[in-house]
Amino acid sequence: MNDKLISLVSGLIFGIGLVISGMTNPEKVIGFLSVTHNWDASLIFVMGGAIVVAGPFFFLLKNKETSALGNQINLPKKQKLDNKIIVGSALFGVGWGLVGLCPGPAIAALATFDPIAFVFLISMAAGVLAKKNIVK
Amino acid sequence: MHNFTPVSALIGGVIIGISVVLYFYATGRLAGISGIFENAITNNSKRLSNVFFLLGLIIGPLLIYYLILPNKPIAFEITSSYLLIIPGGFLAGFGTRLGGGCTSGHGICGIGRLSVNSMIATGIFVATGVITVFILQQLGIYL
Repeated sequence: MNDKLISLVSGLIFGIGLVISGMTNPEKVIGFLSVTHNWDASLIFVMGGAIVVAGPFFFLLKNKETSALGNQINLPKKQKLDNKIIVGSALFGVGWGLVGLCPGPAIAALATFDPIAFVFLISMAAGVLAKKNIVK
Repeated sequence: MHNFTPVSALIGGVIIGISVVLYFYATGRLAGISGIFENAITNNSKRLSNVFFLLGLIIGPLLIYYLILPNKPIAFEITSSYLLIIPGGFLAGFGTRLGGGCTSGHGICGIGRLSVNSMIATGIFVATGVITVFILQQLGIYL
């Protein structure tokens, strides 16, 4: 129960942060990716703010083996940079630039009840499932 | 940069950072949304917790809209062609899972943990995003 409650609250805070940051608006994100024309650097401040808060805590907690709720902590192991990371990130960037939505804002945008957000989300789910079935 | 909003961006970013810390401290999991999304739509032992995170991600904006700023609709402006919504969503889903993370997983959690792979991944998706937007602008799809 606690795990679900904390997950709900964490998601809620994350969603509030996204709306305040303006990143739930695809136009804002396109403004960031549009470096040659009316560049809007706001996204750097969003990522920077989040990293500055989270970074020190990750450092302090990095050797912990269990979380406050007693879950085993399994952080991603250091791995060699492989083609999956490179190709996957490149493809994600193209999708990001095509619309201006990445996974977090795409889900938070359901709160606008805009049909476009639902179409994007269903397409994103199809992409996730396709990857799961094609690439092992 | 007439649309530049550094203050609200920074405040929003700090709030996102607080969520990342709370989630990691309590559950031991990283708040990478593409991974949470995959875990919410596929079978695994923590599926329901991941669904709850996504519910929160939708309820948070709704709270702002209905309780805090009732007269200020959440801006959601799509300037892209509607024909690009489906390929855009598909690539965002496929690419983030192949690449192991998105703007939150690599961009915030990964860089926050000083992961070199995440820094490279973030550099790559920002670069291809910039190139994509540039091409669409040349084609007259974005202004």
